[in-house]
Amino acid sequence: MTDEFAKHDALVPEAGPKSHAPHPAHALPMFDVDVAAARSALSEVPWEPGASKPDPILVADNVVRRFGGLTAVDVDHVEVQRGVITALIGPNGAGKTTLFNLLTNFDTPDTGSRLFNGQAIDKVPAHKIAGYGMVRTFQLTKALSKMTVIENMKLGATDQRGESLFASVLPVLWRKQENEIESRADELLVHFKMEHMRDQFAGTLSGGQRKLLEMARALMVEPEMVMLDEPMAGVNPALTQSLLGHVTGLRDRGMTVLFVEHDMDMVQEISDWVIVMAEGKIIAEGPPGSIGQNQAVVDAYLGSSHDSALDLDEGS
Amino acid sequence: MDYQAIIESLFRGLIGERFIVFALAAIGLNLHFGYTGLLNFGQAVFMAAGAYGLAMMVATVGPRLNENTGLNMSETTLFWVGVFTAVVVFPILFALVMGIPTLRLRADYLAIVTIAVAEIFRIVARSPRFDWLTGSSDGLTGFSGTFYDLSPFSTTGRYFFNLFTGNQFFLVLVGWTILAIGTTICWLLVRSPWGRVLKAIREDEDAARSLGKNAYSYKMQALILGGMFGAVGGMVRAVGFSVAQPDNFITDVTFFVWVALILGGAGKVFGPLVGAALLYAVLDSSDTVLRQLVENDYIPSSFMSGTQVGQVRFMIVGLGLVLLAAFRPQGIFGNKEEMALDDR
Repeated sequence: MTDEFAKHDALVPEAGPKSHAPHPAHALPMFDVDVAAARSALSEVPWEPGASKPDPILVADNVVRRFGGLTAVDVDHVEVQRGVITALIGPNGAGKTTLFNLLTNFDTPDTGSRLFNGQAIDKVPAHKIAGYGMVRTFQLTKALSKMTVIENMKLGATDQRGESLFASVLPVLWRKQENEIESRADELLVHFKMEHMRDQFAGTLSGGQRKLLEMARALMVEPEMVMLDEPMAGVNPALTQSLLGHVTGLRDRGMTVLFVEHDMDMVQEISDWVIVMAEGKIIAEGPPGSIGQNQAVVDAYLGSSHDSALDLDEGS
Repeated sequence: MDYQAIIESLFRGLIGERFIVFALAAIGLNLHFGYTGLLNFGQAVFMAAGAYGLAMMVATVGPRLNENTGLNMSETTLFWVGVFTAVVVFPILFALVMGIPTLRLRADYLAIVTIAVAEIFRIVARSPRFDWLTGSSDGLTGFSGTFYDLSPFSTTGRYFFNLFTGNQFFLVLVGWTILAIGTTICWLLVRSPWGRVLKAIREDEDAARSLGKNAYSYKMQALILGGMFGAVGGMVRAVGFSVAQPDNFITDVTFFVWVALILGGAGKVFGPLVGAALLYAVLDSSDTVLRQLVENDYIPSSFMSGTQVGQVRFMIVGLGLVLLAAFRPQGIFGNKEEMALDDR
């Protein structure tokens, strides 16, 4: 696989802030997806809720989740296009994070079915989702505080032989794989410019650094689809550009990104497609420029919440 | 003052049978709590499982099996079958009983269930109804002969600076060997990718799950393995005192194991060893010191009598714990920087 990545490296523009330091970037997963074609294909998609996409990686049907009398999520149909960045936005309490949990099987819907890459994942336990190639991060960053940065990274690798109880006491069985994982983790840390924190406890990192670590750790899974729950929450502005660069970098390597976000600047800047939720339902879909003009979206934001950061004039 | 007696009691505490028993149980609890974050308040039941697994197989279950099946296992065979039952079968059974209903839930559910299981086992073992099986409150005896038959030491001689009789010395040597092996296994485990997953689960189960780790299965593995260490400790105790009694495994025992672990430092390989050694060195030597002080009238009998020594030494340990919590909450081996990360 390493060779394959190296082959693509020459073609892929460097992600992130404008730095031409030589990144040994082949630690990053690379998927054979024509990103330009995937993005332009979206121009054919109608701007309506539940619109079908030319090449969906994730499809959900009739997903309903109730908490007692409250219907938190009630989504008839939604598709996420492969190889693009899709934003999931909506006022507070719209059910974005709940839908996110349902799509990653961290929560079980009352009804509904979900397909990932054409495979039904309804009965798949949460811990097996990573093995399907879908990995998520969390709204409240889950850096593993009392483990070092490099331990956090190495944890992300899947199919580790040393993770079985009986093999674990015989390092000879897993030492080689462990070294490979470690060098991949080190390369990713260099790519995310975190190599100097390698041996620090993750608990000592700042909020933004933890977000970066969580994203880097997720990439150790070599996912096809990355789900980011509020990647910008609590990140200082200095780090924002670098984080945005990393997110677009994922797309440019053929990964599909779905993210929940409140920050409309970020949504306008990097997303290829926007899905808007309100009161558990999807009320609008379209390219980022179309959303501010959408009457349903305007009503949802102005009607339900005044603390939202949505600036309707911007970018429209 | 009999200084020799004081020094002897100090060393017995540092390296003797009870140190070995509690160090083993604390190694198990360290796997549970220190590495996986499982709140097990019933380590005593795993120790009881070890003691009764062996005792019942040799003294009650084994002879009945022989009668009813015509297997005719010798006492030596029964002893080794008993060791297997004590160290493998019982801990797995108990861990499954405790873990299946609770490990998918929050940590406190396991804590409650472990206390309950430990007390239920002890009370059932005490009950006259099961006298034929567990010997009720008198417990079981006569199961450690096979072990001491293996001893190369004379039963009349004194060994290791006159500290131990031959049998005691044999037990201590075997116990230390088991401790060395157990600590090595634990050291290997926690430095492996398996141990890394345990730590990740301790820090955040959902994060581990999102990265493809089956948290439930790892927690169960940790519960079983830590229980096995506790069972070995309980078995050593039963063999060492040649008796398995229900009241040797009261809730206090669990809390002594916790004290040893916290004293030494949870989440550190050598924490349980040092914690248990220190705990029993203080408990045993303070007992002797206080008794000597009272006998020699250094402490007036109006202030404290010889019969109160037993309670006062626990007060001393309690005071030590309070001071530890105030000045070194991470334990002897713990890392203060690491501890401080909890508050963030």
